[in-house]
Amino acid sequence: MLDDIVEQPILRTESLTKQVNTGEAQLTILQDINLQVEAGEAVAIIGASGSGKSTLLGLLAGLDLPTSGKVHLDNIDIFTLDEDNRAALRGKILGFVFQSFQLLPALTALENVMLPLELSAVANAQSVAQKLLDRVGLKKRLHHYPKQLSGGEQQRVAIARAFATDPKLLLADEPTGNLDSATGIQVIELMFELNREHGTTLVLVTHDEALSRRCSRQIRLVDGKLARKVT
Amino acid sequence: MRIGFFFNKAAYDFMNSSLKLSFRMLCRDWRAGELNVLIFALVIAIGGLTTVAFFADRVELALSRESNQLLGADLLVISNQPIPQLYADKAGQLDLAVSSVTKFPSMISNSDSSLLTEIKAVTEGYPLRGYVHLLSEKPEKLVSASAIQLARQIPQPGTIWVDEKVKMQLNLKKGDGVDVGATQMIVTEFIEREPDHSVGFINMNPRVMINATDLEATELIQQGSRISYNLLIAGEVKKVQQFRNWAKTQLTKVQRIEGIRDARPEIKAALERAEKFLSLAALASVVLAAAAIALAVRRFTQRHLDACAVMRSLGASQDFLLYLYLNYFVILGIIASGLGCVIGFAAQEILAQWLTGIVDTALPWPSWLPALQGLLVGLILLVGFALPPVLNLRSVPALRVLRRDIGLSNAHSIAGYAIGLIALSFLFIWKAQDLKLGLYVVGGFIVAVAIFSGIGWILIKILSSLRHQAGGVWRYGLASIRRRAASSVLQAVALGLGLMALLVLTLIQDDLITDWHASLPPDAPNHFLVNVQGDQLQSLEDFFIEHDIERPVMHPMVKGRLVKINGKKISLKDYADDLHAERHIRREFNLSWSDKIAADNAIIQGKWWNNDTIEAAISIEEGIAKTLRVKLGDELTYDIAGNHFSAKIASIRKVDWDSFRVNFFIVVPPGLLDNYPASYITSFYLPPKQTALIHDLVKTFPNILVVDVAVVINQVQQMIRQVSQAIEFVFIFTLLAGFSVLYAAIASTQDERIYEAAIFRALGAKKEQLSRAWATEFVILGGLAGLFASVGATLLGYVIGRHVLHLDYTFNPGIWLVGTAVGILGVLVAGLVGTRSAVSSPPLLTLRKIG
Repeated sequence: MLDDIVEQPILRTESLTKQVNTGEAQLTILQDINLQVEAGEAVAIIGASGSGKSTLLGLLAGLDLPTSGKVHLDNIDIFTLDEDNRAALRGKILGFVFQSFQLLPALTALENVMLPLELSAVANAQSVAQKLLDRVGLKKRLHHYPKQLSGGEQQRVAIARAFATDPKLLLADEPTGNLDSATGIQVIELMFELNREHGTTLVLVTHDEALSRRCSRQIRLVDGKLARKVT
Repeated sequence: MRIGFFFNKAAYDFMNSSLKLSFRMLCRDWRAGELNVLIFALVIAIGGLTTVAFFADRVELALSRESNQLLGADLLVISNQPIPQLYADKAGQLDLAVSSVTKFPSMISNSDSSLLTEIKAVTEGYPLRGYVHLLSEKPEKLVSASAIQLARQIPQPGTIWVDEKVKMQLNLKKGDGVDVGATQMIVTEFIEREPDHSVGFINMNPRVMINATDLEATELIQQGSRISYNLLIAGEVKKVQQFRNWAKTQLTKVQRIEGIRDARPEIKAALERAEKFLSLAALASVVLAAAAIALAVRRFTQRHLDACAVMRSLGASQDFLLYLYLNYFVILGIIASGLGCVIGFAAQEILAQWLTGIVDTALPWPSWLPALQGLLVGLILLVGFALPPVLNLRSVPALRVLRRDIGLSNAHSIAGYAIGLIALSFLFIWKAQDLKLGLYVVGGFIVAVAIFSGIGWILIKILSSLRHQAGGVWRYGLASIRRRAASSVLQAVALGLGLMALLVLTLIQDDLITDWHASLPPDAPNHFLVNVQGDQLQSLEDFFIEHDIERPVMHPMVKGRLVKINGKKISLKDYADDLHAERHIRREFNLSWSDKIAADNAIIQGKWWNNDTIEAAISIEEGIAKTLRVKLGDELTYDIAGNHFSAKIASIRKVDWDSFRVNFFIVVPPGLLDNYPASYITSFYLPPKQTALIHDLVKTFPNILVVDVAVVINQVQQMIRQVSQAIEFVFIFTLLAGFSVLYAAIASTQDERIYEAAIFRALGAKKEQLSRAWATEFVILGGLAGLFASVGATLLGYVIGRHVLHLDYTFNPGIWLVGTAVGILGVLVAGLVGTRSAVSSPPLLTLRKIG
């Protein structure tokens, strides 16, 4: 029965290009990127340092503006929206995990996880956040501030925050980049587990080939251009 | 180990390389825009400070010059014998302008009648300050501005200028001849007013002015004549002071010096208050500058934590880092403060140009002291506030390279700010140029910082504990305040102090101007009647009723000479060292009686009498009591027309001499002086339109002497208006300097906000949600600052008003409302405007930069 429904890709780009002006020269960071991610997929974007991975991820989320091209998120052309509406869309369908955690230092672990829920005016923010923190093994750390937590713990808070709004699409930017390998493995396991439980689509930026192989598909960036599919 | 540090080659290389690196670092930071906030805050703060200081300096100079017009000079040397040439010589050496005036009473006459006048013989250059105003010859016409012109020179030899009274009583017109002693002179001008006309107005005769070269021909100067020789001196303030100091060592018993402040107590009081206010305004701008710099420095040091950690991990020693940053701040301080001084100078010049269009005083060129002070304030504040955190920076663990969240210990920062505060205190006392005022402000400042910090800390703790009850963005605002508790307190205290300085100025300014206007209201008495006889009281009263003028209080007056104190005959020798006292003993006192104490008098010692007082009592004015060295209970004996009158001092009074009302040094209860010959004196206000009445009055009561002080009152009122205006202008400028604090406060948290904004936006927050979160924070900060400012201003205003400016301080509860509202609105508006760019910058850029 599922086959009858024409599945729309959750994420699709059209000739996405990003150039920056360095003052002396025009630098092309991304050139003519066309890609498509289906719902439920786990896609790894891989490439060497400086190949444009993180820029691409930022554009996919509408955190930055492209020089040209389009991004369709859940069938919405996000750059036709203004910044506030893009933010609202992010709040509804996107989750983020960053390399450097990006927790708000003023808020406790619990409040950090509650924040996206409160921004979208979810009623039972606190119990949802508590459950998630419980799920990531931080039941006893609810009222700790980020600086009282280890790197691995902070990233687990970030993962709990990313899943709090039950997003359709999770974007992860080198989630293990700031962690030692043992902790990194734990965090990745947790992320994939939650991904399965929530049925979320995952787009993961990494330079770690081993990690990328855990995804169903790999996209390689070379000097800002899409290389041939690896899989 | 430190001995010989500077002579050691290695040490030299060390210093040299740290200096070079400092300079390079400064240039890099400048290029990268790292210094924008700090430089901006410094330049604005120092600019504001020097503007106020330069301008206040000029206004002060202008005020004293303006007031000196009432004296005709900056300084007088007065004697009853010819003044030795050495005074004029010394003035010449000091490049001071000199002129002389010889005054004496004498009869002048024409064919009709003769008149007792005060003759004033002047030399070239008179008056050195102000102008002689001449009346054009249209006696019937109302005196209008166009009918008055300024004299360009003094009377030519052989001519005489006369005032209106002489003109009327001798019925003179231009070209008429008048006999002056042995010579005849031609009337060429009528005097409307002279600058020094007002000094000692009580015994004033009609006045005439002649050229000093004619003095000899009149043959009026003879042994035993009552002559007052005056040497007029004017020039640069400093040189006049120099002359004054020198002259003090030369004066003989028959000579004295007089500046405007000696001659006119009411002007002295007004000027001193104005000067104190101006230095208060300058102090307030130092507080503002300090607050702005403290806030801007905080941001700077936070941003330099990483650089320090990296340098430490690369092997830089702690000493090296200390010198590196010391040099860095000194260079930065000199450049930025220098720029601020230039801006301040330009701004005050514009202000002065603008002001001269409104008041008719050309402002003198300011001194360079404000620039020096501005430079020093900038340097001391920058080094005082920036170096202590740097002492912390050098102990930054190199580990910070790995873990960003390792920061500074707060204990060090607090000690650091203490050093800054001490540096500031010295600045204050220096800037105040008045130990008392300086200490009050420093004390108020330190107490305020301590109390504000304590209260702020507690309030922030309480508020943030409420955040669990609050919803999302509100909670976030409260959480931010709490997380940044130390810096939130610093911001609230700095903003509070800035606002407090402004509020204190507002309060004091209001009180000061109100007080002046109250002491010289538009209907202040402008005419005195002297020599009214007892049997004329009733008919004079009828005269006032008939002409619909409010009947003035008549003060009885008996002339007496002080002869004994406590039964001991006094001799001039006892007061030989005090010219002032000697004069009082030589001349006759006016004794008066009254059952009630005058409204503008206040008892400071002893008690006023009541109806039961039977023994002979005296109430004496405090100044004269001090001069005569008498105290409560002493018995004074007066010689009144050959009889002795004795009474004990029952009270000592403070008299408000500014009020232009009749007041007496000595007052006794009614009845005691009934047997002595008394005359009466009074003062009243006569509207300018009714001046013709005076002629009727003189005609009806020929013996009564009418003294018109309207001119003097006008001069003083005009001066007060100008002082008030100047003070308002200075105030407005201080207000502008307040904005630098607001800017620095907002800018000091800009980095954190840009970061917060990026995360918020990544998580789906709308701009409006983010702005609301921040608005919560700004409202709390602004409210705290406003509250601090209101409390502080109320207390400090009271202390300064009461103890420094001697004003009747009026408590103004509205200030709490205004202060808190201004705090909230100011911080909220500035905050939202200042963070607009943070709300709208692309989040990715920030996240990647920080990640």
